[in-house]
Amino acid sequence: MTTETRTSAIAVRGLEKSFGDVHVLRGVDLDVARGSVFALLGSNGAGKSTLVKILATLLKADAGTARVAGFDVATDPARVRESFSLTGQFAAVDEILTGRENLALVARLRHLPDAGAVADDLLDRFSLTEAGGRRAGTYSGGMRRRLDIAMSLIGDPPVVLLDEPTTGLDPQARQEVWATVERLASGGATVLLTTQYLEEAERLADRIAILHRGRVIADGTLAELKALLPPARVEYVKKQPTLEEVFLAIVGDDPENEPADATTTTKEQ
Amino acid sequence: MTTHSAGDTAALTGRSLRHVLRSPDTIITTAVMPVAMLLLFVYVFGGAIEADTGSESYVSYLLPGILLITVVSGISYTAFRLFVDVSAGIFERFQTMPVARSSVLWAHVLTSLVANAVALIVVIAVALLMGFRSGASPLAWLGVIGILGLFTLALTWLAVIPGLTAKSVDGASGFAYPLLFLPFLSSAFVPTDTMPAPVAAFAEHQPVTSIVDVLRSLLAEQPVGDELWVALAWCVGLLAVAYWGAMAVFRRRSA
Repeated sequence: MTTETRTSAIAVRGLEKSFGDVHVLRGVDLDVARGSVFALLGSNGAGKSTLVKILATLLKADAGTARVAGFDVATDPARVRESFSLTGQFAAVDEILTGRENLALVARLRHLPDAGAVADDLLDRFSLTEAGGRRAGTYSGGMRRRLDIAMSLIGDPPVVLLDEPTTGLDPQARQEVWATVERLASGGATVLLTTQYLEEAERLADRIAILHRGRVIADGTLAELKALLPPARVEYVKKQPTLEEVFLAIVGDDPENEPADATTTTKEQ
Repeated sequence: MTTHSAGDTAALTGRSLRHVLRSPDTIITTAVMPVAMLLLFVYVFGGAIEADTGSESYVSYLLPGILLITVVSGISYTAFRLFVDVSAGIFERFQTMPVARSSVLWAHVLTSLVANAVALIVVIAVALLMGFRSGASPLAWLGVIGILGLFTLALTWLAVIPGLTAKSVDGASGFAYPLLFLPFLSSAFVPTDTMPAPVAAFAEHQPVTSIVDVLRSLLAEQPVGDELWVALAWCVGLLAVAYWGAMAVFRRRSA
C-alpha cells in the first residue's frame, strides 16, 4: 500500500463489477482524502450506486480492492461497517415507527449507551423535535431526508456515504441537505456523495470525479476540471434570475428559522 | 461483534413487534379465515360429516387442521413485512450497520412466532366457545405447543425466501395460497379412508396428515405412537430445507 492509500479515508484500486454481461464498473481508481467532501458525478447508469454499494459492503466486487477508513471491504467488512454510514437514494426510514423511535433504534444498533438521549439530541439538531413523536410515514420529503441523514450520523462515523442525497427533493429541502453536508464537513467527517446535479458538486465538493461508463474519466478540484476546457472567453450576458431564485425569493429560502412541521404544510396551502 | 448479536436481534425484534402492535389487523385477518372455516365446517358441513369421525365432536376433530391453516395464513405476513423492509431500503440500511448479519432475519422470524402464537390463541378461544374440549395433560399440551412452534418456525423460514426475492407485494404474500390447499388433501377435515386410492395415498404421505394426526391424538388423550416421529421428521426436515434455502438467498443478495 502506498502512503496515499493509508491517509485516504476511501481508497479504491482497479475495482470491477459486472452483472451478467453488463460491465458496470471497469476498473475504478479513487482516493478520497480524510476530512474532505468528494463528489462523484455521473449520469444514470454510470455505476455510481454500484460503487457506493461495494464501499458499503452490500455488494462484492469482481476484481480490485476498496478500503474505507483503512479497512478492506472484502476482508474486513465488520470493521468497515463500524467506520461509515450510508444514506441511500431512497430515504430508508421506518415509516411505522416515529422519528424518535427510528433514531433510538439506530442508536441501539450502534451499541450506544442512552439511545433515547441520542435520539432527542438529533431531533433537536435537525429541527424535528416537534415531529419526533409522529410516525415517519407522515413526514414530508424534506423531513424524511433530514431524519434519514440524522439516522446515519448516529455514532459519529468518520466516513459518510451519501447516495444521491437530494434526488427527488424540492429546492428548499435540497438547501437543507446542502447545509447539513457543510456542517458535516466542518465537523471533520469525510463525505463521499454521488449526484447527477452539477451545481451540487460545484457547491459542496473539495474534489470531483466524473464516473462515465464504469470508469473515472476525470478527477480533480473544480479549478483543475475547469482548466481541462479551453480558457474562458469574456461574454456579456444579461443575467436573468433562474426559476429557482424566483421560487426561493417568493417562498422565502430560510427554512432554518421556521418550525420543522410548518415548512411544507403551510407552504402548500 | 457476535457479543452484540443477541442485543441486536432483541432491538430489531422489538421494532417489528411494534409494527404488529400498530397494525393489529394483521393478527385479526390471520385469525379470521381459520375461524370462518371452523364455523363453516362445524355448522354447515359438520352435521353431515360427524358420523364418520367417531366419538369426538367434529370441532375437536377439525381444530388441529384449522390451527395449521392459521399458521399458513400467518406466515404470509412475515413474507410481506420482510418484502416491505427490502423494498423500502431499511433492510439495506441495517445490512450496512455494525449489526450481526443474520439478526435482521431472526428478528422477523421471532416476530412471526409471537404473532402466530397470538393468532393461534384467538382461534383456540373461538373453538372453546364452539364446544371444543380437551382433557389433555400439561405434558400433552407442551407437545402440542412444541409441534406447532416447530411447524411455525419451519414455514416462517420458508416465508423468508419470497420475502427476500419477491418482485411485488402480491408475490411476497401470495406464495402461501398453495400451502392452504394441503390441509384439504389430508386428514384435517375428513378421515383419509373414504378418499379414492391415489388421493388417499397422497394424503397419507404428506406432512399435514401426520402433524394433524399427532395433534389430534395429543388433544384427545390418545397414544401418539410412531406417528409422532413421522410428524417431527417432517417438521425438522422442512425446517432444515427452508433455513438452508433462506440463508442461500440471503447470502446471494450480497454476491
